[in-house]
Amino acid sequence: MKISINNVTKRFNTFAALAGVDLDIRSGELVALLGPSGSGKTTLLRIIAGLEWPDNGEVLFDGEDALRRSVRARNVGFVFQHYALFRHLTVFENVAFGLRVRPRRQRLPETEIRNRVEKLLNLVQLQPMAGRYPVQLSGGQRQRVALARALAVNPSVLLLDEPFGALDAKVRKELRRWLRNLHEEIHVTSVFVTHDQEEALEVADRIVVMDKGKIQQVGTPEDVYEHPATAFVHEFIGESIVLPVHVENGLVHFDGSSARLEAQGVEDGRASLFARPSEMTIGPPSDSFLDGIVKRIHGLGPARRIEIVLQSSGASIEVDVPHDCSLDPGQRVSLTPNRYRIFAAKA
Amino acid sequence: MSVLAGVIAVLEPPAGVSARHVRSEPAIVRWTIIGVSLAFLTMFLVMPLAVVFMQAFARGIGPYLGALTHPDALAAIWLTLLVAAISVSLNLAFGLIAAWAIAKFEFPGKGFLITLIDLPFSISPVISGLVFVLLFGAQGFFGAYLQEHDIKIIFALPGIVLATLLVTFPFVARELIPLMKEQGTQDEEAAISLGASGLQTFFRVTLPNVKWALLYGVLLCNARAMGEFGAVSVVSGHIRGETNTMPLHIEILYNEYQFMASFAVASVLALLALLTLIAKAILECAMEHA
Repeated sequence: MKISINNVTKRFNTFAALAGVDLDIRSGELVALLGPSGSGKTTLLRIIAGLEWPDNGEVLFDGEDALRRSVRARNVGFVFQHYALFRHLTVFENVAFGLRVRPRRQRLPETEIRNRVEKLLNLVQLQPMAGRYPVQLSGGQRQRVALARALAVNPSVLLLDEPFGALDAKVRKELRRWLRNLHEEIHVTSVFVTHDQEEALEVADRIVVMDKGKIQQVGTPEDVYEHPATAFVHEFIGESIVLPVHVENGLVHFDGSSARLEAQGVEDGRASLFARPSEMTIGPPSDSFLDGIVKRIHGLGPARRIEIVLQSSGASIEVDVPHDCSLDPGQRVSLTPNRYRIFAAKA
Repeated sequence: MSVLAGVIAVLEPPAGVSARHVRSEPAIVRWTIIGVSLAFLTMFLVMPLAVVFMQAFARGIGPYLGALTHPDALAAIWLTLLVAAISVSLNLAFGLIAAWAIAKFEFPGKGFLITLIDLPFSISPVISGLVFVLLFGAQGFFGAYLQEHDIKIIFALPGIVLATLLVTFPFVARELIPLMKEQGTQDEEAAISLGASGLQTFFRVTLPNVKWALLYGVLLCNARAMGEFGAVSVVSGHIRGETNTMPLHIEILYNEYQFMASFAVASVLALLALLTLIAKAILECAMEHA
């Protein structure tokens, strides 16, 4: 199912949780809403589900107004951050819940309910746990029960709120891959909320980066990493080297001297230069704008991380170089960004 | 809450710090504290309770049963059970609704409502009875109206139920509010998102989630309803065989120097209290394992 969100706003007292959000989610897609806490991502998810209502704007499911329908009628599967499993019911009954509460006329016969639940437990690999209670399960198992329960009602949209937030690192990685595979199997339109960029980059087809109630960028994982649209996205996703610069006549100036770098169309005034740690080339000292002294070298494997103290400002930045690069602490070097982005400083 | 107390009791000292080190009071201090509390308990709880049963059986089992099967005594026992049954079921419903409203919704005046629920705990039961006399008594606000329509509230069953209701209102609500607050609304949201209706959500999710606490509150509420003296005394009118509950009947018998009969009825009340205690212990055990 296709979801369209048009100019949605939501305030909680004086706090603007969503300040005009437009978003289209394609049918069968797995989308991540990524942002720091307070960015409005969970509010947006709850509005799609019908657990929260926007102050303004519209939410369309396949072109039809979803705001006129209650949560019950929207046919969404919602997986809660802390799973919200019914503690007095067994795993089996938890999964069967959505099938059992249907009005009598729409309810499946008992044998079909059993079949369907068995199938779902199979899908989430929890068949042996059918008779257990939620307290007897590990976090990862609970998460899978919650997922099976949400899928039981054949939802047209699957919504997940921080699905892996409460799990330890190893289980998290496994479940991530598992969710990705599951999505490839069942292909239901899915939206999940996360504050973990790694999670979003690995699992999602497209990532919606949010900050302060606004969407900063929508794109594939590659897009948002390689071509961040704003300074916020650059800093939030992946590692960044940030240098305060000044733009004059379309050229970048650093600490008063020209860096012989193009300003990429940014208007004159204060700005920031962004680069990834791997986008810097180290050369002999040249009295260029980015001269510094090697302070520390660390890291194993194919790359070395080098901490360099800039001579001009005294700031220290971290740069990645190949492992065969011969450098010593105390050595004077110059840095040249071979790829960089300039964003105007916030007014 | 008792559940918490259990958790704290089994907390182990951190590694490297021995239990002995934490409880470093000398033996004499420990034994004095234990001794004082035991002596206090014996003097003020065990002995009076023993006296009740000793006095009740002072003249043997025959007179004891005779005193209990006296029509006035039977009427008092019946009335007490009836009042408890009515007020406990009403308070079960009211308490559940109030706790639900407070724990799951935000509305203006919520803080005031929470304070108000505790009011019966802080005012004297005599006043709780008196307010109903002022409202429904012959000289009260609605007195004339009630007389015209021949409705009896004061000095009759409705008055006794009202007074008991007021005094015992906090028990169920107080037991439920913290638990419902702690559980939040996610379970309910999950149920609704799975297609459950409001009623289905309540009976399949909310109620099972609080059932032990609810039973616990009902139990305490019942104990108080059966034992309430002050508020009921003001509104009952002490009509023997009609508006006398057990506590009132005990007092009347005692004032008439019928000590044995008085203690016989008292022993039934005490027995009910002991049963309540046992049920409470079982419930607390169940709540810890829930």
